Amino acid sequence: MESLDLNMVGAGLIIIGAGIGLGMIGGKAMEAIARQPEATNKIQTAMIIIAALLEGLAFAALFAA
Amino acid sequence: MSASKTAKFLVFSLLFVLPFGLGAQEHPEEKDGFKTGDPVDTKTEIKNYIDHHLLDSHDFILWSDAEAGTHTSFPLPIIIFDDGIQVFSSTKFHHGEAVAKSGGNYYKIYHNKIYKTDAAGSITLAEDGHPVNKRPLDFSITKNVFFIFVIALIMFLMFRSMALSYTKKQVPTGFNRLLEPLVIYVRDEIAIPNIGKKKHRKYMGFLLTVFFFIWIVNLMGLTPLGVNVTNSISVTLCLAVITFFIVQFTANKNHWMHIFWMPGVPVIMKIALIPIEVLGMFIKPFALMIRLYANITAGHVVIMSLLGMIFVFKNWIAGPAFFGFTIFISVIELLVAFLQAYIFTLLSALYIGSAVEEHHHDDGFDLSDEVSVTH
Repeated sequence: MESLDLNMVGAGLIIIGAGIGLGMIGGKAMEAIARQPEATNKIQTAMIIIAALLEGLAFAALFAA
Repeated sequence: MSASKTAKFLVFSLLFVLPFGLGAQEHPEEKDGFKTGDPVDTKTEIKNYIDHHLLDSHDFILWSDAEAGTHTSFPLPIIIFDDGIQVFSSTKFHHGEAVAKSGGNYYKIYHNKIYKTDAAGSITLAEDGHPVNKRPLDFSITKNVFFIFVIALIMFLMFRSMALSYTKKQVPTGFNRLLEPLVIYVRDEIAIPNIGKKKHRKYMGFLLTVFFFIWIVNLMGLTPLGVNVTNSISVTLCLAVITFFIVQFTANKNHWMHIFWMPGVPVIMKIALIPIEVLGMFIKPFALMIRLYANITAGHVVIMSLLGMIFVFKNWIAGPAFFGFTIFISVIELLVAFLQAYIFTLLSALYIGSAVEEHHHDDGFDLSDEVSVTH
C-alpha cells in the first residue's frame, strides 16, 4: 500500500452509509407491507422516492472523489 | 408459455442484445485507423473509446468504416462568439487534427473544446495539464444540441397528434393508446397528490415535458447512436434551473414565509433557520441536477467499462461472461432510465406543491386528547 488515497476511502465510507440506509428503508418497507398489504402501493412509492434521494447523495459523493 | 410466446420473447431479447454486441466489435479497429503506426496500448484505447462515446462532439458520426478508416458523418456547424459571431462548419477541424481559420483567428479543438491559437496550432498547457489558451464563447450546435432539437421535434409531433385526435374521438387509438395511460399516470399519481386538484393544471405541461423528455433521452443514450444528452451536466443543469425558476416564480406568500420567517417557532430559532432554509432552496435543484447526471453517467461508464474488459482479457471465458454482465447491467439501465425521469418529475412536483400550497392551520398538538389513561 504505497499511498492511501483518502478520497477513495471517504467515497467508500459514504457508499457503505448509503447501502446501510437503503437496506434499512427496504427492511422497514417490507415489514410495513407485511403488516398491511393494502397499502403496498403507497409504501412502494415512498420507498422509491427515498431510495432515489439516497442514491443521488451516494453518486454525488462518488463523483466528488 | 406457449411456443409462439417463447419465440417472440427470444426474438425481442435478441434485438436488445444485438446493438450492444455490435457496438463492441466495431471500435478497436477504428482506433487503429486514427493513430497509425503507434503500438496501441489497450487501456488507453479503451479510455479513448469511452470518451468518444460519452462526451459531446462537434460532428455527428453516424457510423465508421473500419477498414477504410473513414466515417460516415455529417459535420455540424460551429457557432463561436469571439469578436463578432463566426459560423463555420466543423469540417475545417478535420476531426480535431487541423487548425481552423476563420475571420482572422485560429482555432483548434483540444479534448472536444475549442481554443484560440495561433497559426501553428499550439496549445500551451499549465502544470496540471489544462490548456491556458483563451476559449471563445461556444454556441455551436454539437451532437447533443442537435439531438435535443430532434427529440423536441419528435415529442412535439407525437403529442400534438395525440391532442388533435381527442377532438375526433374520445377513446384513443394506435400509438396514443400507449401514451394516454402514461399521461394520466403523471397527472393522477404525480401532479394531483403533490400540487392539489385545483392548481395542478398549470404545471402539467412542464411536468409532462420533463418526464417524457428525460425518459426518451435516457433511453436513447443506451442505443449505439452515441448521443448521450443527460450525460452532460449542462443539460441537467438547465433542467434543474428551469424547475428552480418555476418554483421561485410561482411561490406564494406562505412559501416565502416558511423560508424566511417560519411560523410557529421561537424567534431565536427563526433567525437560525433562515440560512438553512435559503441553502435548502438552492440545494434542492442542485441535487436534482446531480442525481440525474450521476445516475445516467455512472451507468454508461459501467457498461462501457465492462465492454472494455472483454478486450483486456481476450480469452474464451471472459468474452461471454462480460457480455452477460453487460446485458444484465443494460437491463438495469432501462429501469434506471424510467426511474430517474419519474423521480425528477416527482420531486419537481413536490417542490412546486410546497410552493403553492395554502396555509394550513397547524396550531400544534392538542395534548389533552393525547393522554391515554393507562392502568
